[in-house]
Amino acid sequence: MRPAVRLEHLVKRFGGEAGRRVARSGSRQTTEGEVVAVDGIDLEIADGEFFSMLGPSGSGKTTTLRLIAGFELPTEGRVWLHGEDVTRKPPFERDVNTVFQDYALFPHMSVGDNVGYGLTVRKVPKADRERRVGEALDMVRLSGYQGRKPSQLSGGQRQRVALARALVNRPRVLLLDEPLGALDLKLREEMQIELKAIQQEVGITFVYVTHDQEEALTMSDRLAVFSRGRIEQLGTPADLYERPATAFVAGFVGTSNLLRGDVAKALVGSEGIYTVRPEKIRLADRGAAVADDEVGADGTIRTVVYLGPDTRYIVALDAGSDLVVTQQNLNTSSMEVLAAQGQSVRLVWKRQHVLRVEE
Amino acid sequence: MSTTSEPASILDSPLRRLSAALYRRPRVVLGTLLTPPVLWLVVIYLGSLALLFLSSLWHLDPTTSAIVRDPSLVNFQEVLSPDKPYLRVAQHTVGLAVIVTIADALLAFPLAYYMARVASPRTRNVLFIAATIPLWISYLVRVYSWRIILADGGFLDWALGAVGLKGPGALGDVPIAIVFTYIWLPYMVLPLYAGLERIPRSLVEASSDLGGRSWTTFRRIVLPLAFPGLVAGSIFTFSLTLGDYITPTLFSGEQFIGNVIYSNVGVAGNVPLAAAYALVPVAVIALYLVFARRLGAFEAL
Repeated sequence: MRPAVRLEHLVKRFGGEAGRRVARSGSRQTTEGEVVAVDGIDLEIADGEFFSMLGPSGSGKTTTLRLIAGFELPTEGRVWLHGEDVTRKPPFERDVNTVFQDYALFPHMSVGDNVGYGLTVRKVPKADRERRVGEALDMVRLSGYQGRKPSQLSGGQRQRVALARALVNRPRVLLLDEPLGALDLKLREEMQIELKAIQQEVGITFVYVTHDQEEALTMSDRLAVFSRGRIEQLGTPADLYERPATAFVAGFVGTSNLLRGDVAKALVGSEGIYTVRPEKIRLADRGAAVADDEVGADGTIRTVVYLGPDTRYIVALDAGSDLVVTQQNLNTSSMEVLAAQGQSVRLVWKRQHVLRVEE
Repeated sequence: MSTTSEPASILDSPLRRLSAALYRRPRVVLGTLLTPPVLWLVVIYLGSLALLFLSSLWHLDPTTSAIVRDPSLVNFQEVLSPDKPYLRVAQHTVGLAVIVTIADALLAFPLAYYMARVASPRTRNVLFIAATIPLWISYLVRVYSWRIILADGGFLDWALGAVGLKGPGALGDVPIAIVFTYIWLPYMVLPLYAGLERIPRSLVEASSDLGGRSWTTFRRIVLPLAFPGLVAGSIFTFSLTLGDYITPTLFSGEQFIGNVIYSNVGVAGNVPLAAAYALVPVAVIALYLVFARRLGAFEAL
């Protein structure tokens, strides 16, 4: 089956004014002063997939999304949608719709007219249009809001109108640019579940841009981690979390606990960069027994952060470097865990949980 | 130690205490700041408008030419009478103002659009200065220079002569419209620019994303959102044209609203009639605003 989206060696460089506008800390500049926003992306997204593009700001994820939507034309490379080359096509000739970060609702139109806009400009008959607008608003649980103006809605409601306005056109691919970024945590978590449910209900391909690793891990079938205009790693959430390929991915997806140089040599027994997830490490007393398949490392608890269900300890190893350890507060109270600060401890983890990563 | 006494004395200074006291009373600050402009607005603007209206109800004694301060509507009857030239002059002036406003809107829109949405900040600054430079130069100098350009055998005739054409001359409605269009153009460009600049790029992208071609996006998104700016600019061009008497004097033998008021005040000494006539542009602008509101000009504000 043909992929919903195929990107072939996509490159986007911004020169002059546009370059200055998009230039951020994370992006790379050429010798001619151009900003390289996207630096050779090859990617296939399957039909019906919930695909996330995860990365820090300036990593090229939003530019990649805008190249798929057609708001930017690539400097090099091609964009294919369902086997059709759309590289040079304007946005209005592409069968994709976008949910914008700032929602981009038309302030002079009612909610109904906003949602029906795509159908109006495509000259869908009025009766059909009204029915579909009603259905789309039902889907995002905003039935009866047709007559309101966007300014009369809350942030979460606007977000859902933006979603309905894109979905009502039944695009084959829906592009979402940090759609939950402006919502507060509680609403964001609700919308994550809702979005995933809607995606499963309508069965269309979602391409989701976010800098929130938790969001990407929760919702995606697969995700790509972007860094400096390139894809650092591509895989399922479990792949990326359990087998990060690089130090950057280990750090961006989850908390990085890197062992390198002499520390690695002392604890793992060989050169290279290694990572251990904080929840795989057990806190034990100094001198506690270590099994054959385990590694033990002595250190001192430098900082204790009480998080409610868990506690995070930052432990300074005697061998040098810090490790983060999280422990569930199963039988411990906040008093007890906070008192652990400054204590000498032994950290113990299984050898199988030590992962080798690239620089 | 001396280091502790010094900050204490600063904290105790009368100015500091005053600003602390004002900080706790924001209404006093607001009142102090707003009183002069509000007084100015009420006394000078609204007061003089009320006086204008009041004096329009007076009339001139036909025999003594003295002002009779008994309220009556004779001036309005005269101004609106079909036998008198006033109504025809008003129609002519309004027609001219409409043409000038449309011409300015058509010229200003592409320029303002380019400045607000396409040009780099550098180009934008250059265009901004270019658009407003005429305002640095005296009105009279600019109007007279147009006389030189448009005069028979003047610059325009000479330039157009090269392709076998002739200019419109320096007398009549066409030169007046040209000069007004030129003079009021900055007053249309600036509010339109401000209106267009406020439209977020993402709205234009969203329209395109939802299937709107460029023209659809312009008609359904850009134009409605820029409409308040267009209305603001057209109020300037419209009312400035309605009130001006210098350009018509220099480019036409015909009478416009401004000339009639001027000659009634200065030559004929009929201030009450001039006052009544001066209310015509006020009424026209008021009607125009009601109409613009009906069209939804202010809904997107």
